[in-house]
Amino acid sequence: MLPKMPKPLLEINGLKKYFDVKGGVFGRKVGEVKAVDDVSFTVMEGEILGIVGESGCGKSTTGKSILRLIEPSDGEVKFEDQDITHLDPEEMRKLRRDMQIIFQDPYASLNPRHTVEKIVGEPLLVHGMTSSEDRKKRVKELLEVVGLSGYHASRYPHQFSGGQRQRIGIARALANNPKLIICDEPVSALDVSVQSQILNLMQELREEFHLTYVFIAHDLSVVKHISDRVGVMYLGRMVELTDKDKLYEDPKHPYTQALLSAVPTPDPDEVRERVILEGDVPSPSNPPTGCAFHTRCPRAMDICKEVRPQFEEVEDNHFVACHLYT
Amino acid sequence: MSDVVLELKDLHTHFFTDSGEVPAVDGVSLTVHKGEVVGVVGESGCGKSVTSLSVMQLVPNPPGKIVDGEINFKDENLVHASKKRMKEIRGNEIAMIFQEPMTSLDPLFTIGNQLIEGLRLHEKISKKEARNRSIELLKLVGIPRADQVVDEYPHQLSGGMRQRVMIAMSMACNPELLIADEPTTALDVTIQAQILDLMRNLNKEKETAIMLITHDLGVVAEICDRVVVMYAGKVIEEGTTREILKSPNHPYTKGLIRSLPNMKQKEQKLYSIPGTVPKPKMGRVGCRFAPRCEFAFERCFQEDPELFQLENNRSSRCFLNDETEGDVTKNAETTIRN
Repeated sequence: MLPKMPKPLLEINGLKKYFDVKGGVFGRKVGEVKAVDDVSFTVMEGEILGIVGESGCGKSTTGKSILRLIEPSDGEVKFEDQDITHLDPEEMRKLRRDMQIIFQDPYASLNPRHTVEKIVGEPLLVHGMTSSEDRKKRVKELLEVVGLSGYHASRYPHQFSGGQRQRIGIARALANNPKLIICDEPVSALDVSVQSQILNLMQELREEFHLTYVFIAHDLSVVKHISDRVGVMYLGRMVELTDKDKLYEDPKHPYTQALLSAVPTPDPDEVRERVILEGDVPSPSNPPTGCAFHTRCPRAMDICKEVRPQFEEVEDNHFVACHLYT
Repeated sequence: MSDVVLELKDLHTHFFTDSGEVPAVDGVSLTVHKGEVVGVVGESGCGKSVTSLSVMQLVPNPPGKIVDGEINFKDENLVHASKKRMKEIRGNEIAMIFQEPMTSLDPLFTIGNQLIEGLRLHEKISKKEARNRSIELLKLVGIPRADQVVDEYPHQLSGGMRQRVMIAMSMACNPELLIADEPTTALDVTIQAQILDLMRNLNKEKETAIMLITHDLGVVAEICDRVVVMYAGKVIEEGTTREILKSPNHPYTKGLIRSLPNMKQKEQKLYSIPGTVPKPKMGRVGCRFAPRCEFAFERCFQEDPELFQLENNRSSRCFLNDETEGDVTKNAETTIRN
């Protein structure tokens, strides 16, 4: 392990989330959607781990299962060496002081009937700051930390722009000095010029408060910019995980290669070998046998159709799930 | 030039709301030539979608109204075209694809029904012929098992497939101009690559002019020949894709390009334009970008800059290009270099 990142803050082992599909006259279970299917990774203290993938690959479900906002079906989530999957709701509630989340849609994640003071102050109240004077002071502090002003506290969400609302969401997440923040597509709903403001803010906050982020996004250039390590997900499985430079310079998995080549770059001179994938992502309710990617993979072999590849370390700190490397 | 397909001249589309008049499109001029792909770029609220809807006369009226300007489609001013004439043009000579393929297809009709309807509206062909044409069109846009998909409903298809159907529908009558309003925004990157590839091929083979509305400069670099950058209801810069992306002139375009996270560079901190996009309102004085512009000087707040013509058919709406402002321009250039 690298010396500056001494211990893991979060360990995920074999995380699974299957959603039941109900159907028929009696609403019996007729199938399962394997949203997250055996995902394992570790997040070090102070690190930013990016998770990328296309829609439906299970990246958001993974994020929410870590906080147990969605109850995982199987597997282990260890936060500071404590398995949190079996904690009772009360213990979990206390623990969420240290684990927070920022959502994608700043329009849907703030209660339109509450003032900013109530929105940001609520987590403080829940975690025991009963004096309303103290709360007011802390809310003001928080708003200034995220680049808003104290007088914004008495306003309602509709009076803010998208970027400002996302700042309020960040202030709410920071309220109780968390250790880990799950960021679920925090900048996808924002315009480019505002997106860069929020990304910069998140980086500053990380340094100031020694935060650890799990940064979920579908935009590969955003993830590359902010993360230390990046994991790529496809159809509920982690297919590749390594340092961001390694991933972008030497992608191993054919899916990662295709994904990277598909990103349009605003550079008219760039000549690239483009891999345009055929077809769509298969349905997670009926995933292909063996390697989930074999139906679209340009380099698929016979073994890929039958045996699911193991997620293994093929080089130092470079994990890949692909038969090409075993 | 004679090969101009679409020419907008000083187009003003305003919305008359309870809280006053909103100039969403405030004097936009642009041209699209035959076989050309023109990108219209800007952030949300800059008026790019309203511009495209104005061309098709699809702006809901009331509250929206084209109050001034011309929309010349092959020597015909569409602003004064009758409803009947617009019906002939829509889908036949100018076609449009929208951002959200699910909401632009009718969930109650099969793909075939919807394609046949458009075909038979504009061309005198039998149902059977129209059906065969539909299957051909679906094959053209790369839909596998086209003969079965014809009889399927929109909900049975994935997002990428639906967008392909939309493209097939828009190409049905070989339009001369295709307006694509954020056609790939709702799609994943690998599907986006497929759709852009398809649009590029159609543009090459059929010489259809495309006006592509997007906020993604990456998409622009992939497919467009020329770019028009919009800000707060006005065109602020225009030029070839290469020149705009390589050497932007307007401070806004510069800022926009610099604030993109780059996959190559390893900068710790991103550049960001301070502030947010202003809301359009009547009677605004001065350059709209001035409050956020790092090079703004006094004149920017007092006068509205014109569109300065630069070499190579480029233009930029910024006083820094005014030669009478010698000192300011030089100072700004040194700032950029540093």
